[in-house]
Amino acid sequence: MSELLAVDSGTIGEPAVNISIFGAFVLVTLFITFRASRNNKSAADYYAAGRNISGTQNGLAIAGDYLSAASFLGIAGAIAVYGYDGFLYSIGFLVAWLVALLLVAELMRNTARFTMADVLAFRMRQRPVRMAAAISTLTVSLFYLLAQMAGAGGLVTLLLGVSGEAAQAVVVTIVGALMIFYVLVGGMRGTTYVQIIKASLLIIGAFVMTVWVLGEYGFNLSSLLGGAAENAAGAATPRDVLAPGAQYGATGTSKLDFVSLGLALVLGTAGLPHVLMRFYTVPTAKDARRSVVWAIWLIGIFYLFSLVIGYGAGALVGADRILAAPGAVNAAAPLLAFELGGTVLLGIIAGVAFATILAVVAGLTITASASFAHDVYASVLKKGQVTGNGEVRVARITAIVIGAISIGLGILALQAGLNIAFLVALAFAVAASANLPTILYTLFWRNFTTQGALWSIYGGLIACVTLIVFSPVVSGAPVVEATGKSPSLFQDVDFSWFPLNNPGLVSIPLSFFLGWLGSKLSKERPDELKSAELEVRAFTGIGAEKAVQH
Amino acid sequence: MTDPDERRLLTPEEYLAAQNSPEFVDLKKRFRAFAFPMTFAFFAWYLLYVLLSTYAPDFMATEVFGNVNLGILLGLAQFVTTFAITHLYVNHANKRTDPIADEMRERLEQHDFRAGTGTTGTDTQGATRV
Repeated sequence: MSELLAVDSGTIGEPAVNISIFGAFVLVTLFITFRASRNNKSAADYYAAGRNISGTQNGLAIAGDYLSAASFLGIAGAIAVYGYDGFLYSIGFLVAWLVALLLVAELMRNTARFTMADVLAFRMRQRPVRMAAAISTLTVSLFYLLAQMAGAGGLVTLLLGVSGEAAQAVVVTIVGALMIFYVLVGGMRGTTYVQIIKASLLIIGAFVMTVWVLGEYGFNLSSLLGGAAENAAGAATPRDVLAPGAQYGATGTSKLDFVSLGLALVLGTAGLPHVLMRFYTVPTAKDARRSVVWAIWLIGIFYLFSLVIGYGAGALVGADRILAAPGAVNAAAPLLAFELGGTVLLGIIAGVAFATILAVVAGLTITASASFAHDVYASVLKKGQVTGNGEVRVARITAIVIGAISIGLGILALQAGLNIAFLVALAFAVAASANLPTILYTLFWRNFTTQGALWSIYGGLIACVTLIVFSPVVSGAPVVEATGKSPSLFQDVDFSWFPLNNPGLVSIPLSFFLGWLGSKLSKERPDELKSAELEVRAFTGIGAEKAVQH
Repeated sequence: MTDPDERRLLTPEEYLAAQNSPEFVDLKKRFRAFAFPMTFAFFAWYLLYVLLSTYAPDFMATEVFGNVNLGILLGLAQFVTTFAITHLYVNHANKRTDPIADEMRERLEQHDFRAGTGTTGTDTQGATRV
């Protein structure tokens, strides 16, 4: 098999098989999207699928939204190469859902109509808070979109047998165009179905690989770990993949960096706008709860599969071959699929990986376009003097614009070699710093004021982005001997003064503090009547948006 | 889209009366009595795990059986506690908070919390007390 692998410039398997499986996915989802589009009339249909999605369906769709290429390919790859430290990622991503379950999902479902800003601005001065929430929503969505687009371009070299900047740009454009189409035609309902199908395929695919890998080791976890450890100890760069520290244990700074990342992961999820928006697609708060419960089980089980797949790739493929493949760490799962099941299994996994990217970018685009049309256009610019249809028209136009921007920036990010995991981690850090403190204060602290909200959102956002700009991610990271390049975005300059790659450790507590301080120092009193309305609605569900009857 | 008139179903005074009613205070207390300590607990347990992995790698590398070490077992334990807390929360919500919330919502829809009425109306004994 290894001879087969080395046939050409690093492509594995049969590109025709990969493309046809991906094509089949696109055709099926397009058909379903068309059918779904017949009921897309009102704003509630377009933004929230008429609030007719069941808790179980929504749980699958959340899993589809959340298990992005970064978590599917990235985590399995990190476990394959660095072992234990990769496993730590998945735990942060999972535990984070408890914040959403216990504190956020149901209360948000009861009080919001379409966007996060509906809740945040509820008892505040509308326009400034909506504007701030929309800016942070758009920022988070854009970073996340960029990561997915760049990921699509990177995958293509490995799986479809095309290489070169022009070909990658074409693929990013095709993904972007498909995404715009799903969102325009299908709205939230079409997007939801795409996510459900993708989540089912992904989980089934991961299950098959997990059982297969365990079968190779007599269903004994200990011997699988032993195989991975043995293989890693004999690699070009020997690593202890069973103990912590292979990736982050080097220095005091890298350890602190990991704690910072851990904080951003666990607090970011419940502030991700495209995750929050999924809660508005179900009929009641109870269904929102049910959907998070489903999501936690599906995501948790998927990460357990990833653990086996990751160590399986480490044991059966080996770190050296993974790192030498195009796509490096991200190639672990596809290489393992090829090793186990040859061309067919690889084709399935490759198709699923593309489906993954497509479903996630569609979810992000609809969230970003809803935030612009509902918060910025309808509330801030038109002061609420706009019909539902007018708003949806603007949302559709915005989806096209956002799609076009992310295609352009995605191609640039790809050519600049921007690290995908970093973009996703940055999105989580911004969500945890700019969104979560304000969400929690709004729901649970009566004396929170407009000034507190603005200080917290803008403070968290600005701190986060500033610290990133002056971190080793952007400039000044030492040159890696193996590649002769610095992992920073800009080579040969150094204007960094913040030592950590992830700003969460500083920016998240800062944002909580600013929210408190801004409220304490503010001259206006909190609006008690609005506050009572928000609280009663959040806890009892009175006045919550109902499902649309068709 | 929902009719705006329907959304303005209740007056601000009704919301205020509902917020100050003993059953709502009870509802909030029950919600917080579970959600807040549990959030603190899982967050502390997660941080402990991250800090142990980062600053006590030798301890985490202690082998328990075969090639399975303490770090991997504690990591799997994070999965177990996450699933367990999810289960406990659903039970708590079904038994302790949903009955009050459902009853209050029905009464609010019938404008049972208009000033001067309401708070002593139907009691919440129907809710399961544990």
